[in-house]
Amino acid sequence: MTTTLLETTLSVDTSLSAEVFAPAIKTVGVHSLSRPSLSYWQDAWLRLGKNRQAITSLVIIALLAFFTLAGPLLWRVDPAAQDLSQISQGPGFGTSAVVVSDTEVFNPTFAKELPQGTVSSAMALDSPQGLTTVSAPSTVAVQLKWDPVSGATGYVIYRKDIKPKRASDIGLPLAEIKDPKQLSYQDQLTLEAKPYYYTLMATLNGEESGNMTQLEVTPTQALKLADALKVSSSAQVGQKIGLPAHPFGTDYLGRDLLARLMAGARVSLFIGFVAPMIYIALGLLIGGISGYYGGRVDLAIMRITDLVIALPFLLFMILFRIAFGVGPGESGVFPLLVALISLSWTSASRLTRGQVLQLRESEYVHAAKLLGAKPLYVLIRHLIPNTMGVILVSLTFAIPSTIFTEAFLSFIGMGVVPPTPSWGSLCNDGIQTFLSHPHEFLFPAFFISVTVLAFNLLGDGLRDALDPRLRSTE
Amino acid sequence: MLKYAIKHILAGIVTVFFIATTTFVAMHAVPGDPITGAKAMTPEIRKNLEEKYGLNKPLHVQYAVYMGNMLRGDFGISFTQHNRSVNDIIKSHFPISAILGVLAVMVAALGGILWGSLTAIYRNRLPDKVLMVLVIFGVSVPSFVFAALSQLALTELNKRFGLTLLPVAGWGEPLHAVLPALTLGIGTMAFLTRLMRSSMLEVVNADYIRTARAKGVPPIKIFFSHQLRNAILPLITVLGPAIAAITTGGFVVESVFAIPGLGRYFVQAVQQLDYTVIMGLTVFYGAYLVFMVISVDILYGFIDPRIKVGKSAA
Repeated sequence: MTTTLLETTLSVDTSLSAEVFAPAIKTVGVHSLSRPSLSYWQDAWLRLGKNRQAITSLVIIALLAFFTLAGPLLWRVDPAAQDLSQISQGPGFGTSAVVVSDTEVFNPTFAKELPQGTVSSAMALDSPQGLTTVSAPSTVAVQLKWDPVSGATGYVIYRKDIKPKRASDIGLPLAEIKDPKQLSYQDQLTLEAKPYYYTLMATLNGEESGNMTQLEVTPTQALKLADALKVSSSAQVGQKIGLPAHPFGTDYLGRDLLARLMAGARVSLFIGFVAPMIYIALGLLIGGISGYYGGRVDLAIMRITDLVIALPFLLFMILFRIAFGVGPGESGVFPLLVALISLSWTSASRLTRGQVLQLRESEYVHAAKLLGAKPLYVLIRHLIPNTMGVILVSLTFAIPSTIFTEAFLSFIGMGVVPPTPSWGSLCNDGIQTFLSHPHEFLFPAFFISVTVLAFNLLGDGLRDALDPRLRSTE
Repeated sequence: MLKYAIKHILAGIVTVFFIATTTFVAMHAVPGDPITGAKAMTPEIRKNLEEKYGLNKPLHVQYAVYMGNMLRGDFGISFTQHNRSVNDIIKSHFPISAILGVLAVMVAALGGILWGSLTAIYRNRLPDKVLMVLVIFGVSVPSFVFAALSQLALTELNKRFGLTLLPVAGWGEPLHAVLPALTLGIGTMAFLTRLMRSSMLEVVNADYIRTARAKGVPPIKIFFSHQLRNAILPLITVLGPAIAAITTGGFVVESVFAIPGLGRYFVQAVQQLDYTVIMGLTVFYGAYLVFMVISVDILYGFIDPRIKVGKSAA
């Protein structure tokens, strides 16, 4: 029991012979890899491929890229061309219109004699009889005529665009005729090929009688000759010609919405891609310097970063956008980019600084240094590739949030300037007529939402694939 | 604890000062000046106006005057609205925005906690999957789209039933606030739901939960006094930025719903380039948001025991 552990160990040593130290026989192939080795990016790509949501988003983004880049080559319609004969058309293919003469002047019919008789009050006036349309009602003009009411000093016409529920539901006043002899009226106020409900009442010295006559009129789609000649050079009066198709409809100035959405996509996606790339690159640079140098430089940069982060983002976006100003003929994209970049670099800079600080002290960097790696090699081989994953993920999330910001600002009129379309400004145009023509708002809103959705899902997928440590708990 | 609060308040004062200065610099970088192009005017009128607004003085004097006025809480007089001071605008329209904001924050926070807890409890089951799809939509669809869509849907419903179930726009009665508060809160709610879900999932399988279960604590009590209490903490840290998002989101929602709040006024002022109102409201909003963020930070210090423990070290 007196032998200690040390003694036992020593006693074993004595039994060692030289053969024990002979090199082992190499067994080739036992530990060879059964599968090809994967690099970090190959592994990430494989993992992303397994994520169905991320792949769907990638497909959507590819389609969007096609829509934006190849779309205008396939759909050659000028997004700025106005067609006032086709205002706020709903989505659809190939409508046709009857060509009507534009030289024809409407001569109001005047009664030669008025029926004799006087009435004591407006209430006693009869309801007008014989309210009909003169010629075929078209979207160029609806012409109405009626029989005189005895004792009337004039007439009022109301028009309602949707089917009235009650008899008293007569819509908005269209015209007041002060000449009792004028027994007709021509309506040319933004007509569309849908039913209209006209109401006619006689008046006595400007006071309306309650007795009314109503007429439902559905104008046919028509086009003035001058406008028709722009579409087809052989157009003649009375001919039916096909109108240019607007698959997504037109806006309040008759501009083709599909062409505008494509042009808007260029602006929105340009801002959405370029701004994040620049400000993340800037953040990478600033954060890298801050993390690499440390000390006072780091402290100063971090204080500035803190202050910029503390600024309320959208408020200062608006303020900077005003401060940079938009000159005549400019699109407003550049000031928006500058404002976005000057306010958004901070998060990337903090992220990079943290990464650099963390990686600089990590074991594999120490190991690389210990094995004699030069600083440049460490930077290129270890630091940059290992930050790229996190940076790429933050880029993927920065794109939708920038598209979101652009849409928000353009929606309140603080983004791109009117002739330039962007999805946000299209939404702003569309919301004005939203309740009557929802398509003008819904299409751009749909594109914004789908784009942001796709990038968010892709970002989630990339984060899971690139950085298992940041993986959301699922 | 006091030190912690003072530190945050000082940082807040520096930030507000920085906001005011940046606003001043930004507004003076605007090409032209507020008087140019207002109306046809003779040089005499221009000179008088410059004198009235102090625009003929050197920039540093203007800055000193501006800062002095800000310190006294005087934001100046509107350029476009006749004889109306910015303070007056704030006084009469901010309460409306504040009510709407508080309601939206409540919708967002309560909704986020509720849905987040639900998804965590039903993890990977049907309710979780359905809710997480909705959350992705909530995060991706801009608030003005929600606002417009809900307006359209409600108009159709009102038409169908032939009576006003809920007013579509306007302000004044409690019912007016329902739709705007929901649409304003929905984006933040989706964001908070996500956060709540992951923070709840971290807590659900913690050792102390297992201990509580082993002791035989009823599941309801485990949920309320152990899981919820611990999972809510990370939510409070993002409440500051969430309030900021809801406040600025109010600009759009107030415009869509025709609510006479401060946000709508701000958007109008921006569109009309009403310089004093823009400057005044930016500084006011900035100070308000900084105040909210600091309040949340200090509140967090009171709630989170870990910060109290660390106070001697701080």
